[in-house]
Amino acid sequence: MNTLIELEKKINSELTTKINNSKILHDQLYLEINKEDLIDVTLFLKTNKDTKFRQLIDITAVDYPEETQRFKIVYLLLSHEFNQRIILSYHISENEMISSLTSIFPAANWMEREVFDMYGINFKDHPDLRRILTDYGFEGHPLRKDFPLTGNYEVRYSEEQKKVINEPVKLEQNYRNFDYESPWEGTKYIKEQTDNNDKKN
Amino acid sequence: MTKKIKNLNLNFGPQHPAAHGVLRLILELDGEVVEKADPHIGLLHRGTEKLIENKTYMQAVPYFDRLDYVAPMNQEHAFALAIEKILDIKVPIRAQYIRVIFCEIGRILSHILNVTTQALDVGALTPSLWGFEERETLMTFYERASGSRLHANYFRAGGVHQDLPSGLEDDILKFCETFPKIINDLESLLTDNRIFKQRNVDIGIVTKEDALDYSFTGVMIRGSGIPWDLRKSQPYDCYEQLEFKIPVGKNGDCYDRYLCRIEEMKESVSIIKQCLSKMEKGPIKSLDGKISPPPKKELKQSMEALIHHFKLFTEGYRVPKDEIYTAVEAPKGEFGVYLISDGTSKPYKCKIRAPGFSHLQSMDHLIKGHMLADVPAVLGSLDIVFGEVDR
Repeated sequence: MNTLIELEKKINSELTTKINNSKILHDQLYLEINKEDLIDVTLFLKTNKDTKFRQLIDITAVDYPEETQRFKIVYLLLSHEFNQRIILSYHISENEMISSLTSIFPAANWMEREVFDMYGINFKDHPDLRRILTDYGFEGHPLRKDFPLTGNYEVRYSEEQKKVINEPVKLEQNYRNFDYESPWEGTKYIKEQTDNNDKKN
Repeated sequence: MTKKIKNLNLNFGPQHPAAHGVLRLILELDGEVVEKADPHIGLLHRGTEKLIENKTYMQAVPYFDRLDYVAPMNQEHAFALAIEKILDIKVPIRAQYIRVIFCEIGRILSHILNVTTQALDVGALTPSLWGFEERETLMTFYERASGSRLHANYFRAGGVHQDLPSGLEDDILKFCETFPKIINDLESLLTDNRIFKQRNVDIGIVTKEDALDYSFTGVMIRGSGIPWDLRKSQPYDCYEQLEFKIPVGKNGDCYDRYLCRIEEMKESVSIIKQCLSKMEKGPIKSLDGKISPPPKKELKQSMEALIHHFKLFTEGYRVPKDEIYTAVEAPKGEFGVYLISDGTSKPYKCKIRAPGFSHLQSMDHLIKGHMLADVPAVLGSLDIVFGEVDR
């Protein structure tokens, strides 16, 4: 398998209906699949002699709160043999369970724990699904778009109680978010002119 | 008479000098043999990814310094490359050389720290004293180029922030002449040292299979004999035009990884020298005023420069809707940025792939069956920095 185009063809012909969409961009292959086919597709990519995606680089999620299928789950795979990268993704809605990849890639363990911690997505058959990055007893999932940047609780040492306590965040000054985006983008003909000038240069 | 034997649970860290930061490692011991290790991380979690989502692209750069804080510029590089690929900007050749020089300086900084503290963990004090003197020299180079010793904030999408001050290139070259001798001195203390070898040879062996399964990258995978280096296999900036070798280990134990790091430092010195000899005068950042800020002196005369300056430092530049993963070969392994832009001047999502995260994950697998005293040795050779593990 030499080029990404050949790889794309090969994957599409072998997995046919399991691939919903595929495109090549920035020297990487983007695949969209169904949630149910995750195990089959990754197993194929890992074991097939023409693909050999032996390394799982990372797992992450993206939050789109206004969509019905709120989360996009992303898997980054790397093949040393053919020096190629695949970005595998699918969409799920908020309370859906997804299958764990730990049986195929041991490295998925912590990556899935992180996704669980940051986005609150549950993994089926994960051996040890605990929070990983946040504090013991933390509430909420920080990377969801509806989680406030400043958090909900702050920790301090209380002189009266002689212990470390959690209390709601109190800000001396509200978080300031300035909107600098331009209200207008310039008239269309000027934009076209500058675009043309850029091309000439 | 029967005796009841119970395994002992030991709390290693979060405040332990050999834990290389804030790691709480819960070890289950059977006598002196480790049965299970459960690393608790996140004690240095600062929510970098969340913060980046709320900052413009230019404001997000300094957060990358604070990930792996012993080699800050390598991280910035990954982020800069991601934006450049989306925006499709050409980086001037001088900027590419400057970036490569400082990435390699970062690699030396990180490897010195790792090699010498690993020696410290297994009982040798002198290497760290010698090594840190060199680190200090290198950090003054950082300071002269960027203004600060650690948190450089120097790389930009499209180049670097400012040109090197006069005389810095000569001083870096001078350093390159003297540094190989220091590496040899360090080697004379460690490489054939009986104690160092006893503590490291055949400890924490990583097989090729393990290295692939546990997503190892960088020295961790090369130490096991897989010649994989992103600078060669997926070259970025000007690495294609440079000649360097990739040191590979044989047994995949702590000692081989130490040797790899030593060799990599020598290669880095040669890369820096090549860059210095090939470098010519020229622009150091993209000349596109929509992306890189104009020089200060133009602000007083040129209306256009003033507008660009104002727009860049309030709204920031916009990045069209796209999705990309870029990775660089950081000293510790593959450092990647998975960036989703949505057409505004702030990233919609920026996932940081830190090599240390997957390395630390394998701790349980690597340490099982080893003695308690091997824990610092294995931990040391994993090259963990908590800034990037916890993000």
